[in-house]
Amino acid sequence: MTDQTTLSVPPARPDDEYLMRDPASHPPAYAPGYKTSALRSPRNSLISLSQTLSEVTAPTFSADELGPLDGDLIRNYAKTGLPIGERTIVHGYVRDQLGRPVQNALVEVWQANASGRYRHKKDQYLGALDPNFGGCGRVLTDEHGHYVLRTIKPGPYPWRNRINDWRPAHIHFGISGSGWAQRLITQMYFEGDPLIATCPIIRTISDEEQVRGLIAQLDMAATVPLDSRAFRFDIVLRGQRATWFENVLQSNAPGEPQ
Amino acid sequence: MTPLLRETASQTAGPYVHIGLAPKAAGFDIFENNFGPVLTTPETQGQRITVEGQVFDGSGTPLRDVLLEIWQANAQGRYAHAGDRQSGKPLDPAFRGWGRACSDFDTGIWSFETIKPGPVAGRQGILMAPHVNLWIVARGINIGLHTRMYFDDEAKANAADPVLNLVEWEVRRKTLIGRREQRGATTVYKFDIRLQGDDETVFFDI
Repeated sequence: MTDQTTLSVPPARPDDEYLMRDPASHPPAYAPGYKTSALRSPRNSLISLSQTLSEVTAPTFSADELGPLDGDLIRNYAKTGLPIGERTIVHGYVRDQLGRPVQNALVEVWQANASGRYRHKKDQYLGALDPNFGGCGRVLTDEHGHYVLRTIKPGPYPWRNRINDWRPAHIHFGISGSGWAQRLITQMYFEGDPLIATCPIIRTISDEEQVRGLIAQLDMAATVPLDSRAFRFDIVLRGQRATWFENVLQSNAPGEPQ
Repeated sequence: MTPLLRETASQTAGPYVHIGLAPKAAGFDIFENNFGPVLTTPETQGQRITVEGQVFDGSGTPLRDVLLEIWQANAQGRYAHAGDRQSGKPLDPAFRGWGRACSDFDTGIWSFETIKPGPVAGRQGILMAPHVNLWIVARGINIGLHTRMYFDDEAKANAADPVLNLVEWEVRRKTLIGRREQRGATTVYKFDIRLQGDDETVFFDI
């Protein structure tokens, strides 16, 4: 990483507040093209809450909570052989909005198999299950905010929304950073997938730049020759703004020195 | 102006969030260590409680595919995080304060086994009443929803709580209060969440 911002920004303190979330970066709660959102979207405005310890803290995870194969979806459910499909590495950096690496972030992923079928009892799609593919994984970012996963490229699949809607190939990502305010779930898509243009879930995001941010690019430099292609997917979590001159979050508490 | 990167756009967790975040609860045995809805061990300090509820959509139907996470302070009112430097409140090595739960696929009921948190210092040192932070994701929810549960047996602390008092409409504050029920030896706080409708839960932009 040679991003300029990485070099010029001092490290965050663990009790620094997070920058205000920009709603224009996200889908609205109600997006008519995604029908399920109609009854599941709050109608009242969110109440904006100045952050407290409750929002700037978050659970911390350690490597010993994860198994050695948790981040390798090619092997973590293999029973009788290897799963079928395109061997794929997905990697990238988790940074905050100031370009600082987010270390020790928990990155959790889930996806359909190469046929577009999830190993989930509610998924009834005709696409076949793969006895050797589970479809979930997790990994912690390293000191540079980097993560690596290995998987099978998921297939596209149809879903009930309009009469003939198809999801582009995608991997769901959940990211737990250093503060509760950073918690984020998103989906990663693959460069060049023609279904991206018409997907009602992607189209909940009105900003094209933000859509582009969800599309992983083929990364030939990270490809393993004769083995796996690689895709790069970087993630940006909310940044922490310094509270150097006032520690409003916990000062003046009873018995607390200033 | 210093350029800022833009936060990655949120996308719905979708209908199959359970296999990713709670595979065991979805009947899927893949990880040795599973994150779940039990926050306590026998060593955890504090009063055992169950937090239980349903999440209802705008038609009054319970969501049967929702996933919730909670984050809370320990019995002393201290978060297990380096950012919490409140003095005189020891950490509890047997309590992380975080859990996740899926709703039942038939009833939509979800529950956590935890302890009642202590009060935490709020901004400018104004004490916050004991509360549990909740984050809710599901199919049809485009960006995770944040709310808090307070305790109905903490009326005095709740009346002084700076966050409850931020809710201008007094009638809406009750949507943030869990109701205590005793079931045999178990203390349950019922906390139903309504995504829409007359009693729509207060959700926060944090």
